[in-house]
Amino acid sequence: MALSDSFFGQKFGVTEHDLESYLSEALSAGGDYADLYFEYLATSNLSIDESIVKSAVQGVSLGVGIRVIAGERTGYAYSGDLSPEKIRKAARVAACIAKGPSQIEKTAFDESHRRNLYPLITAPHETSLAERVDLVKRADRAARAYDSRVFQAQASYIDSLRQVLVATSDGVLSFDRQPLARLGVSVLARDGDGSPQRGYAGGGGRVALEFFLNEKTPEHFAQEAARQAIVQLNAVPAPAGEMTVVLGPGWPGILLHEAVGHGLEADFNRKKVSAFSDRIGQQVASPLVTVIDDGTIRNRRGSLNVDDEGVPTERNMLIENGVLRGYLFDKLSSRLLRSGTTGNGRRESYQHIPMPRMTNTFMLAGDSDPGDIVRSTQRGLYCASFGGGQVDITSGNFVFSASESYLIEDGKITRPVRGATLTGNGPEALKYVSMVGNDLQLDEGVGICGKEGQSVPVGVGIPTIKLDRMTVGGTAG
Amino acid sequence: MIDPELATSTIRLALDRGATDAECTVVEGEEFSALVRMRSLETLKDAGSRAAGLRVLVGQRVGSSYTSDLSAEGIRKMVDSAIEIAAISTEDPHAGLPDPSELGALPGDLQLCSNDISSIGTDARIEQAKQTEEAAFAADPRITNSEGASFDAYSGERVFANSRGFLGSYRTSSCSLSTTPVAREGEFMERDYWYSSARKYSRIESPTQIGRRAAERTVRRLGARKVATQKVPVIFDPQTARSLLGSIFDAVDGDSIYRQASFLAGKLGERVASENVTIIDDGTLPGLFGTSPFDDEGVPSRRTVVIERGVLKSYLLNAYTARKLGMKTTGNAARGITGNTGVGHGNLFLEAGDVEPYALIRGIRTGLYVTELIGSGVNIVTGDYSRGAAGQWIENGDFAYPVSEITIASTLQRMLMDLQSVGNDLEFRGSVASPTVVIAEMTVSGQ
Repeated sequence: MALSDSFFGQKFGVTEHDLESYLSEALSAGGDYADLYFEYLATSNLSIDESIVKSAVQGVSLGVGIRVIAGERTGYAYSGDLSPEKIRKAARVAACIAKGPSQIEKTAFDESHRRNLYPLITAPHETSLAERVDLVKRADRAARAYDSRVFQAQASYIDSLRQVLVATSDGVLSFDRQPLARLGVSVLARDGDGSPQRGYAGGGGRVALEFFLNEKTPEHFAQEAARQAIVQLNAVPAPAGEMTVVLGPGWPGILLHEAVGHGLEADFNRKKVSAFSDRIGQQVASPLVTVIDDGTIRNRRGSLNVDDEGVPTERNMLIENGVLRGYLFDKLSSRLLRSGTTGNGRRESYQHIPMPRMTNTFMLAGDSDPGDIVRSTQRGLYCASFGGGQVDITSGNFVFSASESYLIEDGKITRPVRGATLTGNGPEALKYVSMVGNDLQLDEGVGICGKEGQSVPVGVGIPTIKLDRMTVGGTAG
Repeated sequence: MIDPELATSTIRLALDRGATDAECTVVEGEEFSALVRMRSLETLKDAGSRAAGLRVLVGQRVGSSYTSDLSAEGIRKMVDSAIEIAAISTEDPHAGLPDPSELGALPGDLQLCSNDISSIGTDARIEQAKQTEEAAFAADPRITNSEGASFDAYSGERVFANSRGFLGSYRTSSCSLSTTPVAREGEFMERDYWYSSARKYSRIESPTQIGRRAAERTVRRLGARKVATQKVPVIFDPQTARSLLGSIFDAVDGDSIYRQASFLAGKLGERVASENVTIIDDGTLPGLFGTSPFDDEGVPSRRTVVIERGVLKSYLLNAYTARKLGMKTTGNAARGITGNTGVGHGNLFLEAGDVEPYALIRGIRTGLYVTELIGSGVNIVTGDYSRGAAGQWIENGDFAYPVSEITIASTLQRMLMDLQSVGNDLEFRGSVASPTVVIAEMTVSGQ
């Protein structure tokens, strides 16, 4: 596609000449590298509460972010106004970081190779609002119909289409059109005068409305949310202390995101502040564990054709048979560490500086039968679903909070237990993985990862695994 | 400066296009950030942005929209978009603006904006950050690395108008200085941070104070152990106690109350905490981060006693949640620029007690002093509480050794009832503040 046929060429009349002049302005005070990130984001957000569509919002945000890198220094400015004068002004502000004449020759633009991991059948703005409202109404009805103990249901459908143009002084010119949609359902259930319990389910990805009509329906998510709330009605207090933990497949892969993923982001390792710094080639997990970050899986929430610096995403090996193999790079860290790129430079919006981030992070399947994994456990905790997690990348200590879990007694899954936080240490925790199931699943597509104030969509995945030792933070002796 | 006419003309246009009521918010902001790491400038960010948001009522149907394109065409599209989306929403008998008699703004200068921040040039800001990081390095030889120090500044304006004749605006400014040192000793590596932030530059603590404090907080974590699983008294330092207040806020937020999604729903007038607990939300205190002349739907900010000596006195409400509950708004409407209003807090704090923090520690035979909490393990519906923690182990009234990779658990109901003493060290470093508090018993989970 030529720039003139692209979204920003068509809608804002941006030309290659313009891009070159903005980049020259950015490098006018010196510097080794500059880039431009144009973004146009159209979003709609519908929600139903008490069976009333109370809130419906649509909106647009647009702007351009300009970055100049000089050695280890970064200058950044942005403009919400795409007029050439305002962009040039922002370029001059970003240029302040550099001192002395520019050392580089601007490379001619070479449009990066095209692929499309998220072809849309219908773009969000081409579907009617009524069709989208119907999704949340269906979710509301299904949640309430699931069980008479359900007394509240809320559902929301958020979809967006992000148009992106990246132009860099090293010659990258790339366009992308990134859809993202998510349907979420939250349910409250109560048994007589007892305490209410909440259930939540949701999913989506880089998909369009059709996905929720044909593949994962509103009823699917609503019934799952209601099921979780009902299960919790009979939950007993969670146990406390170290024990065997079995994680079910899919979303419990958040373990990998917290225990190893963040610690392998190259900015932390460039600064040597991660518990994984200088550990490439070392055994950091059981030989059964192979962890991959893959931004190239079709329609997945964490996938991208190109990252937010115009670099094509890849499938990157992080841990292979327990041995640490690689980090996740953005352009700055790959330059400073003299390493190749991995396509992990991401940002929340044009107002933010890119940094190394995960895409879809998962553990490869092993060969154990999931049923055997549970049967082999005398006493422990089986975790089916989680809320959020967090990690201190320097000490390596991480937590993640179980929202649906059960006691394992004599090799059988028995009583549901109340929410509890699990904790461990990144470079140690995965050494206790003693069985890996043959049932790898990716999550349904709800993950949001926060780092230094920036949120980006991510995916996780894991097969059923058994950890011989992990600390469970309940209250029961 | 935002021309207030932008908000009022948007309201007129919305009424012309069929809205029966409308609210418009226009915001403008400028951010600055200088990050210094290992004694060199690493990142400099300087930029500004504007955006407008609209909420319309067409009868009892509501629609909202926003745009960052403030051209005449951008505004027209935003108005059409809100009207279009209202048509697909459902009639909500409780939807509506606040009653006109409730609208208004606090008079006088609330000291939310100061010119002394803009008078500090970029080089001086970078120098402040350098000195802060340097002070951390100088404080202890075990501080060998750093995630840097930064000087951040923000200034902005908010204009709000509605179709009932309210028009108000206010400017805010803030700046902060912070650093995150990294300490190493043997195989142990730890990081922590310290910061100072204020609406006025002159109220920021010195680089030396901030850097030293950050270094102390970091090195005291070195050599952390895991303790055995047991039930002990737990002291929350003011930083971690703030997060407890955040959970109490979530539980008295009118949205959680009318949905019965809070363990405090239906408990008004009942004893929910020990006598030591008085929690106040005050949006009127000059110069603080939680202060504003009016809330995000044009109702004056006020002081609300949430819990008084253990008894639940008030929820925090906006016009909608008040109508749902048959009550009056408490002036706590909060939203970004668009959408239905949620509920926010002003300056939310736990009233100070009269005990020195060190005396609280001395009063504990065996227990935990928490300085960091991580994870999201707080369930407002049930009150279940289980979070990752790090801090100092207390033996015989003194710090014995650092601990980490543990969790602390109880329920918020029990924690409030078990809150046995409150320190005298209340200090506002943000819009939520708490003194040191002691919870009589929690489950610490470790080995």
